Amino acid sequence: MRRFRDTMVGLAVTTMALALCPVPAGAQSSAYRGPRTKDGRPDLSGIWQALNTANWDLQAHAAQAGHVVALGAQGAEPAGIGVVEGGEIPYLPAALAQKKANYEKRFTDDPEIKCYMPGVPRATYLPFPFQILQSQKVIQISYEFAASARTIFMQKMPPAPVDSWMGQSVGHWEGDTLVVDVTALIDQTWFDRAGNFHSDALHVVERYTPVSRDVIQYEATIEDPKVFSRPWKISMPLYRHVEKDARLMEFRCAQFVEELLYGQYRKTPARSK
Amino acid sequence: MSFRILISLAGLMLAAAGTESAQTAAKTSPAAAKKAWTPPRTPDGQPDLQGIWNSATGTPVERPDELKGKEFFTPQESLDWEKTMQARNKKDDKPGDPGVVGTYNDAFWEMGTKPVKTLRTSIVIDPPDGKIPALTPAATAARQQKVDRILHPDGPEDLGLGDQCLMFSTGAPPMLPYNYNSNYRIVQTKDYVAIYVEMVHDTRIIPLDGRKHLPSSVRLWYGDSVGHWEGETLVVDTTNLTDKSSFYFQLPYQVTTGPFADENMHVVERFRRLDADTILYQFDVDDPTAYVRPWKGEYTMSAAPGPIFEYACHEGNYGLPDVLRGARAQEKAAAGAKTRQ
Repeated sequence: MRRFRDTMVGLAVTTMALALCPVPAGAQSSAYRGPRTKDGRPDLSGIWQALNTANWDLQAHAAQAGHVVALGAQGAEPAGIGVVEGGEIPYLPAALAQKKANYEKRFTDDPEIKCYMPGVPRATYLPFPFQILQSQKVIQISYEFAASARTIFMQKMPPAPVDSWMGQSVGHWEGDTLVVDVTALIDQTWFDRAGNFHSDALHVVERYTPVSRDVIQYEATIEDPKVFSRPWKISMPLYRHVEKDARLMEFRCAQFVEELLYGQYRKTPARSK
Repeated sequence: MSFRILISLAGLMLAAAGTESAQTAAKTSPAAAKKAWTPPRTPDGQPDLQGIWNSATGTPVERPDELKGKEFFTPQESLDWEKTMQARNKKDDKPGDPGVVGTYNDAFWEMGTKPVKTLRTSIVIDPPDGKIPALTPAATAARQQKVDRILHPDGPEDLGLGDQCLMFSTGAPPMLPYNYNSNYRIVQTKDYVAIYVEMVHDTRIIPLDGRKHLPSSVRLWYGDSVGHWEGETLVVDTTNLTDKSSFYFQLPYQVTTGPFADENMHVVERFRRLDADTILYQFDVDDPTAYVRPWKGEYTMSAAPGPIFEYACHEGNYGLPDVLRGARAQEKAAAGAKTRQ
């Protein structure tokens, strides 16, 4: 019995260790079979969050001082090993120049500053949790940042009549992987604070593969012939919030940016800082 | 003067074609519903409230004086009332006046005309006169102060919540119909009921696991909602609201007379399907510091074909800076007039 227990503990530790390892691309036909919904699909419902610095820069980057002197270390940019497969983002020449220009103006021009909806895939790796609510006909995702949200339709949809900040998402299952085709994304969002950007021709295919009870391996293939010379891919694990009573809180930031956006029209602009 | 904001996508809402739920709509024609209707269940065995629902109605929040003493319409009166409401909406069916901000017309409005399915003459059902009870003296003063600030805004935070793209009457409980886009998408899992609110793309995520409310020091725009099933009915209990969010519902043509509440409001809501294409929505409001007595309301939501478009309000809020600039221009003109005297 003792021996049995040790084996079980050993297995559990191994399982945990596996769970914490990002799964390399291509190895996603994982043998893991987790909780199922009543219709037999992997149940992705839960509160999830990326734990990386992709929102600062999708590519590998060293830490650096922040933009607001008064914030000191609090405002500094943390380092990251990057989430782009192969490391390089294949910009067309003119687009690369635009990306560099964006980088120079990143502390004023990043739409995140204005609390605009982040688009896809950025919503996934903002440093905020999001909640997947998996039903049969639709899968709803609610993101804490800016209360943004999207509905993934699990049925064929006609092309969206208009572009939007979060696009139109149509999903299907490939084995245990939820594949989401995202189109009709507006050209106003960025991928990160480093000025990586796209046009209105952006097409994103996301893959959500559960690799353990508490980890989803996420990848997004990004295609935009106006900006990139070929499709490219980002990937990262998403971790489940396992704490008791975990919940999304509110980050309704429109109220936080009123001074920034409209302070100049105050009766007494001196109130602005 | 109107402070409503033109939002880029809004016009497209009206063009919403019945794509997504065409099947559902076909399945749930009134004739079919009248036969045998069994309340549907989710695969987890819970009452199924899922789908797109619209709360626009011709039944006013408060009973108009002309309907004094009358709690329900007869079927004929209901048809007559619908015609009256159609005529009301048509009044605006003309091009906007040149140079006037916010001249919305019937092409923009999406106000309901048909009374609620229960044929009630007001959304407020208690007090029995169908009127929202009187405010306490403190709340009366606070509300007046707020109205004054909206009419003479010094800064963005003085404006109505809709003008700031923070919330509309469809949002935090008690959810009330707005002039347009009164759409919800309900999604259920085993552990949650989520209510996606078109304006402003907020999601009320209601846990069903019996958890307690957040500490009272934590205040949220949508409050803290916990839910449970009582038979066919979803019961949602909401506290922890803010003194900002729940006070000012801009009701149709009642911009300065909307209900008011403060952070002490406690709302209990009940959602129950009456038939294939109707949800009965009931709410109890208790806010002892704002109202002299508790009050209750109810109305029906109707299945809608969708799709729900993304309401990118804040992202396209060109109206707010113009309202503030207008206020500054008015002040300047007034000062100029004074100098000339």
